[in-house]
Amino acid sequence: MYKIVRKEYLANNIYLMDIEAPRVAKSCYPGQFVIVKMDEKGERVPLTVCDYDREAGTVTIVFQTVGASTKMMAQYEVGEYFQDFTGPLGCKSELIDEPIEELKKKNILFVAGGVGTAPVYPQVKWLKEQGVDVDCIIGARNKDLIILEEEMKKVAANTYVATDDGSYGFKGNVNDKIKDLVNNEGKKYDLVVAIGPLIMMKFVCLLTKELGIKTIVSMNPIMVDGTGMCGACRLSVGNEIKFACVDGPEFDGHLVNFDEAMKRQQMYKTEEGRAILREKEGATHHGGCGHCH
Amino acid sequence: MEVDVLKRVPVREQDPKVRATNFEEVCLGYNQEEAMAEATRCLKCKKPQCQTGCPVNIDIPSFIREVEAGTNAEAYKVISMYSALPAVCGRVCPQESQCESKCIRGIKGEPVSIGKLERFVADWARENGIKPEVTAEKKGKKVAVIGSGPSGLTCAGDLAKAGYDVTIFEALHEAGGVLVYGIPEFRLPKQTVVAAEVENVKALGVKIETNVVIGKSVTIDELLNEEGFDAVFVGSGAGLPKFMGIPGENANGVFSANEFLTRNNLMKAFKEGYDTPIFKGKKVAVVGGGNVAMDAARTALRLGGEVHIVYRRGEEELPARVEEVHHAKEEGIIFNLLTNPKEILVDENGWVKGMKCVEMTLGEPDASGRRKPVEKEGSEFVLDLDTVIMSLGTSPNPLISSTTAGLEINKHKCIVAEEATGQTSKDGVFAGGDAVTGAATVILAMGAGKAAAKGIDEFLSK
Repeated sequence: MYKIVRKEYLANNIYLMDIEAPRVAKSCYPGQFVIVKMDEKGERVPLTVCDYDREAGTVTIVFQTVGASTKMMAQYEVGEYFQDFTGPLGCKSELIDEPIEELKKKNILFVAGGVGTAPVYPQVKWLKEQGVDVDCIIGARNKDLIILEEEMKKVAANTYVATDDGSYGFKGNVNDKIKDLVNNEGKKYDLVVAIGPLIMMKFVCLLTKELGIKTIVSMNPIMVDGTGMCGACRLSVGNEIKFACVDGPEFDGHLVNFDEAMKRQQMYKTEEGRAILREKEGATHHGGCGHCH
Repeated sequence: MEVDVLKRVPVREQDPKVRATNFEEVCLGYNQEEAMAEATRCLKCKKPQCQTGCPVNIDIPSFIREVEAGTNAEAYKVISMYSALPAVCGRVCPQESQCESKCIRGIKGEPVSIGKLERFVADWARENGIKPEVTAEKKGKKVAVIGSGPSGLTCAGDLAKAGYDVTIFEALHEAGGVLVYGIPEFRLPKQTVVAAEVENVKALGVKIETNVVIGKSVTIDELLNEEGFDAVFVGSGAGLPKFMGIPGENANGVFSANEFLTRNNLMKAFKEGYDTPIFKGKKVAVVGGGNVAMDAARTALRLGGEVHIVYRRGEEELPARVEEVHHAKEEGIIFNLLTNPKEILVDENGWVKGMKCVEMTLGEPDASGRRKPVEKEGSEFVLDLDTVIMSLGTSPNPLISSTTAGLEINKHKCIVAEEATGQTSKDGVFAGGDAVTGAATVILAMGAGKAAAKGIDEFLSK
């Protein structure tokens, strides 16, 4: 059993929790994920590691209530327990193993869409701890959906907020902001790390390919075990089939077949389920890319 | 009860028409009277050949003698000396190619139903609350066992009986490995049989820590150097699914047998109230001819589909147990033998709509000794489907081998280990089961777990 020691409501249906899981906290790195199973009958829900405290033995997760399971997860309170919490799973961000001196030479831009800001945060934080300064764009549809802005400002050299409706920060989607930085502010980037809804990552990759900037994305497909056993999370990357759970979750975004990934994401979303989501939330993803209608 | 010495006492089964619609166990097993009657057929050979056919070397005539006398508790004691999982083995061992294949009774008539008798004894012991006995003195040494499948449970059980302090680390949330995620309820009941045998292993003093992915949560080197374990047994199985590499394989509605069975068995998607979804195909093809393919097909059938087994060789070459094929046919699975998939056809929304197949003929024997299937020219046809389940075998997960320095693997990613002791290329690290052999059977994995327990005991007694 794994105790919930902190719970915060971040924004529109987005929750943050610290979970007591000493083994995971001791060994996890930015880029990796965990699997949470609430109770006997629950699903195995994969969630990216959003922070960790090796000493306190806690791991931070952030999730948005998009389906039945995450809605139930949000009902849990501090002091209660999740039945299962497994990890860390997947590979750590490839930045972790790069020589620090090399990283310091690079101009890196993080692009965070909606709840994707949560997995971006530990990477930026880790880099800051190593003395590497990076830029970060946080995008969302409107001001209310922006999360972790203050935290990000403490660890990123420059934090830019972009909202589709202009209710806060730059008016436009994350791609508009990338163009603004590169074209109008004379920024030069060697690497982009984009984490957010599939559709956002797809369009960021189309733009960065044009701009000639290598781009890493973090994939979060349907999974069951998360250890390479089932193959539900398979993706086409270049000409190869990759399992997001063991080969990823981070991949070269210019090689990922996003259209196929988006179709596979729909597999267990029934017409009925989608109708409920449309009615309740207006969309089934929540990024700030501006490409969804 | 009258017994024809040449014929087995028949075992009662659920009616095929009824069981095709439920997940209850197919075989109902012997009752006391039937078991005692079947036991009389055993010749109690002085040199029992059956015992040599058993990978864990159970003294079969001795336990059958006890069954014949009606002293079931004594029969259980005999079996427990050799096996930690008799209720499992009595159900899923391929006895026809092991103990029963050597039975002298089988020369003229049908061999003794050793498997069904073993199952009877194990079920009787469980129903009567009889547990295996612990006798040995504590050795004061710690052994880590990775994986709680058949090899890990066996190895852990034997080591605990020898007095070691044993902890099993399991990556999933429930102990049992393939017994839990792979083999379906209708062949191996999870709560009554698997959980009960896992409890028996725990009763020997074995601790089980779930949700620990060795190689990720903690490494083997950390277990040895930081957590104070004196030896490690790797029984992590062969869990990585294979795909064919044909067009359309990433379409929605194409699953590995592992995914399909894990959703159904481990996550209990077939049961009311469980949250994990499963796609209930109306027209399903399972590609492959092994036991896992039969399990996937019979599961899809129970979920309401018309199910085809698509296999490139013929009936004689089917790797599945004869009993499983027989059960599958009885339940209405359609066998498309000598048929090979070429392409999965996909609709505009990315879902499976059919599978282009080609007929095959059998040519000369290949390296495996089986006749090589060859495509029949111009014989292509399309099966209309909404689901394809790929059951082409599995290979060991590289998570452990890739994170353990000095652990040698072969070209199939299998850990290299000595058969007699389980010793690997790394000091203090032993391995057995599918992680070493590639996908095989429950009982072979148990045999390897047993050998490794002996190897570890010798290593730690030096």
